[in-house]
Amino acid sequence: MATDQQKRCSCSPDPGAPSNGWCATSRPTGEIRTAPRTVTPADRLDHLLARLGWKRSGHRVEPGLYRLGTPTAGSDVFASANYTLSFDALRSALAGIDAWILVLDTHGINVWCAAGKGTFGTDELVRRITAADLARVVSHRRIIVPQLGAPGVSAQEVARQSGFAVEFGPVRARDLPRYLKDHTATMAMRKVEFPVVDRLILAPVELVAALPLFLVAIALWFLAGPMAAGAAVATILAGTVLFPVLLPFIPTRDFSTKGFILGGIVALPFVYAFATNAALPVWARGLSALTVFLFMTAVVSYLALNFTGSTTFTSRTGVKREIFRYVPLLAVMAGAGLVGGIALGVSRLFGVL
Amino acid sequence: MLNSYTETSLHYDPDRCINCGRCTQVCPHAVFEHGPDRVELAHPAACMECGACALNCPVKAIIVQSGVGCAWAMIRAALRGKDMDSECSCGGDDDTCCG
Repeated sequence: MATDQQKRCSCSPDPGAPSNGWCATSRPTGEIRTAPRTVTPADRLDHLLARLGWKRSGHRVEPGLYRLGTPTAGSDVFASANYTLSFDALRSALAGIDAWILVLDTHGINVWCAAGKGTFGTDELVRRITAADLARVVSHRRIIVPQLGAPGVSAQEVARQSGFAVEFGPVRARDLPRYLKDHTATMAMRKVEFPVVDRLILAPVELVAALPLFLVAIALWFLAGPMAAGAAVATILAGTVLFPVLLPFIPTRDFSTKGFILGGIVALPFVYAFATNAALPVWARGLSALTVFLFMTAVVSYLALNFTGSTTFTSRTGVKREIFRYVPLLAVMAGAGLVGGIALGVSRLFGVL
Repeated sequence: MLNSYTETSLHYDPDRCINCGRCTQVCPHAVFEHGPDRVELAHPAACMECGACALNCPVKAIIVQSGVGCAWAMIRAALRGKDMDSECSCGGDDDTCCG
C-alpha cells in the first residue's frame, strides 16, 4: 500500500495548484480521468443515436472518477451513471463549476432505470468510492447523488460502509447550479414531471421498436389493398407517437382505455371508408368496418398499455391490475378482428367479393 | 372504474417516524409531506412504488413492494413463464423498455 500511496500522490489534488489533466493512466484503480467541459458535435450525434434506440446499451462512458475543471480537495463530488446522456447532462449543468464526478458502472443505463434495477446502487457506489480512493482525493465526506438514484442507493448504508454522507441532489441536473447555492432543493426540483418534450423525445425509440409492424402494413397492401395498409400505418403512428403526445389529454386514467379511445378516433375515417365502400356488398361493408375497428382499437390500446414502462409515474401494482383487467379483452377483440379479416380474405379468394 | 391506480403496496407506520424527512427528499411524486411531529402520507395514490423512501428510511417506517410499472416487461415475463413480479427487462444487454 505504501508504494501505491506514493504513486497516488501525483494524482491527489493540491489545493491552489492547477490540474494537470490526465494522470497516472497506467494505474488500474484510483485513476482519475478528465471530463471535457464542452459537449462536442460527436457527443450530440451519440445522443441522437441513443434517442433513436441505436445500440441501446452502447452509449457508455468509462466508469470511475473524473475531474471537471480544476477541482480541489474541498470540491463537491457528484455521482453519475455511465450512460452518455446522464454523464453529459451532468457535466453540461456544471458549467463553470470545478467538481469531481464519480461514474458508476450501470451498463450504459440511465440513473433512474439503473437504480430500479439496483446497478446504480449502494454496493456499486461504495465500490467506486473505495476504488477511486475518494477519501484521499477529497478532504470532506459528502457525495451528491441524483435524487433518482435513491431507489437503489440507501444513504444510511453508504455512510455506514464508506463514511461518505449521501446528499440527494435535484431530479434534473440542470437544477444543480441553483441547488448548489444552499444545498437544498425546492419542491419543484424534487418532483418528476412528464412534459410534452419528454414524452415526444421517446417517440423515436417507440417507433423504431414498432418497425416490424410496418412489414405488416406492407403485407396488408398486397393482401387487402392500400386502405388496409393505411389503417395499419395509422394504428402504429397512433400508438407510438400520437399516444405519448396526447397522454394527459385523453380521458380516463388507465392506459388501455386511453388507447381504446384514441384508437377509436383514429379508426373513424377508416371505418367510414369501409362502411361506405360501394364496391362491396352490404355484409362485407359491415364486416370490414367492424374488423378495422376491432383491430385498430385493440392494437392502439395494447401499444398504449406498453407505454406505461416509459412513463414516470405508473406503479407496478396498477400496471399489473391493468394487464389482468384489459389484456384478455384486447386479445378477444384482436382475435375477433382476425376472424373477420380471414373471412373477408377467404371470400375474396373464392370470388365472393 | 377505468382507474387501476388507486391502490399501491405502500405502507407507512407513522409511530416509527423520527421526522428526518428523508422520504420527502427522495420521493419523485411528493407522496410524503412534512408534518409538525412526523411526516404525513399526503398523496398515497401518487406512489409509483420506486422504493426510494423505504430504502432510505433509517427506522423502517415505510414498506413498499418496489418494482417497475412496465407492462411490456411484465407481459413478456408472463409469456415466457417467468414470475411477473421479479422479472425486470431493464439493465441488461437486451432491449429495454426505458430510455
